[in-house]
Amino acid sequence: MKLLVCIKQVPDMESKFKIDADGVWYDRGDLAWRMNEYDEYAVEQAVQVKEATGADLTVLCIGPDQVKETMKKALAMGCDRGVHIADDRSHLRDPFQIASLIAAFAKDKGFDLIFTGMQSQDRGSGQVGVMTAELLSLPAVTTIVGFALAGNTITVKRELEGGVKATVEATLPALVTCQLGLNTPRYPTLPNIMKAKKKELLTVAAADLSPADGLLKTVKLTFPEKKGGGVFLEGDVGEVADRLIRILKEKTSLLA
Amino acid sequence: MKMLLVAEYRQKKLLENYTELLAFAGEFGAECAMFLVGDGAAELPKFAGKLYLADVATYGEYNPDAHKRLLLDVVAQEQPTMIVFSHSSYGWDLAPRLAASLKAAQVSEVVAVDDGRLVVPACNAKLRRTVAGNGAMTIATLQAGAFSLADAAAGSPEVVAVTGDGQGRVAFLGYEAAEHGGVDLTKSEVIVSAGRGVGKPENITLVAGLAKALGGEYGASRPVVDAQWVEHNRQVGTTGLTVSPKLYVACGISGAVQHLAGMKKSEFVVAINTDRDAPIGDVADVFAVADLKQLLPVLTEKLQAL
Repeated sequence: MKLLVCIKQVPDMESKFKIDADGVWYDRGDLAWRMNEYDEYAVEQAVQVKEATGADLTVLCIGPDQVKETMKKALAMGCDRGVHIADDRSHLRDPFQIASLIAAFAKDKGFDLIFTGMQSQDRGSGQVGVMTAELLSLPAVTTIVGFALAGNTITVKRELEGGVKATVEATLPALVTCQLGLNTPRYPTLPNIMKAKKKELLTVAAADLSPADGLLKTVKLTFPEKKGGGVFLEGDVGEVADRLIRILKEKTSLLA
Repeated sequence: MKMLLVAEYRQKKLLENYTELLAFAGEFGAECAMFLVGDGAAELPKFAGKLYLADVATYGEYNPDAHKRLLLDVVAQEQPTMIVFSHSSYGWDLAPRLAASLKAAQVSEVVAVDDGRLVVPACNAKLRRTVAGNGAMTIATLQAGAFSLADAAAGSPEVVAVTGDGQGRVAFLGYEAAEHGGVDLTKSEVIVSAGRGVGKPENITLVAGLAKALGGEYGASRPVVDAQWVEHNRQVGTTGLTVSPKLYVACGISGAVQHLAGMKKSEFVVAINTDRDAPIGDVADVFAVADLKQLLPVLTEKLQAL
């Protein structure tokens, strides 16, 4: 069995973001980068399937050279090899173009199962996984929080609104997009980090995969207007606590 | 402008979120048709226009292959400029399938319309992106609660039955109800919630302690529940509970859209966070820029002394 997991490198969301010179994306300098959180669950699930079945697991990532750092984490978690689709413009590509790159790479490789995160933390479109499945004519199930594989069939739980889940079934080959909480992503151990350094990391130029034309462009990136006009309390915690209690007495009926 | 609005039907009920699609269409003064896989004998969306209705008994509540084909047929007839879904477990699943088939631009989780252009969040709602499609057709999914009708929806649709191939590669087996039992946060006047900023499970006691001192209950955001530091029946947000207490204290919660959707109707909101740019600030009446591990013990002690 052959498995593919697709990951993205994103900035830490606690970062202080700045708008870049073109005004259409965030400034990519001075940021701490990490694996998209949803993708950590995708990698963990793929590694679990590999461990249970002895399947072969490839991790794919699109972006500039720096994404290799994030790929090393996936390799240390248990992926067998990495495929880096080198693309310095990936942050400007729309989801359909990204999906077209993944599909172009995957189309003749015979993957039985493809895992992706349900969305990225920076763009948050939630489209790439499903579009990749469409381009490869695979069944796709989104937002999974439960996964079981038996023979050639996956039985997965989709997360719906308000805590309700739906159980669905599909026959391989298939693609699933992973939601937070699907499993508990492992921390790479030191020996596995060392081993990961020796694993194969193949680079393919994005241009060689003939990405589709973009369908969507960003006109501008802005900071949201601050609503509410709330009061900020700062300084000594004792004083902050006193001021907060005064405000609660004034504005709510709870401390009367 | 012509729009095709995609309504949802789940657990034998028409979902109310179709009214948000109508509100969005209203911002453009668009001419609307609607699509629903539902039950013609049950409640139908209230609007005056064409309703393309496929029978849920044949096509199922979740059968993405079949729903996509039915929709593609309706799109071919209607030739809409925009196809609009809710950004829900149904919408974000189905919309990209349609977008890939139609080679149409998809805009996910629209929060606003700015001068006719769609605005979506980025980076955990810290940024906003204004986007434009390159082609003649755009597919949009709308953030829950971002658009609402001023008046109740009204009118009776003109029903057009649609049929097609009902085959699908994903088989729906059944629903699993939400976990209930124990505490009911929705009844509490005060909720103090823990977010990722609590750092470690031991610190939940600080949050629970403050809740007790305020005579309320403690809750949590999704990452804290996923980490199993707090039970699921205390999770506030889209995939958990929607609450509207008199006082909501968000401790170490950044304010992801999914969390805000579950608590923004609270009467008074206090945020405690070290990051003064955290989006929770958008809904906070008071924002204490502080480390909760230092502030909570002091605050709790002072409240107990009142």
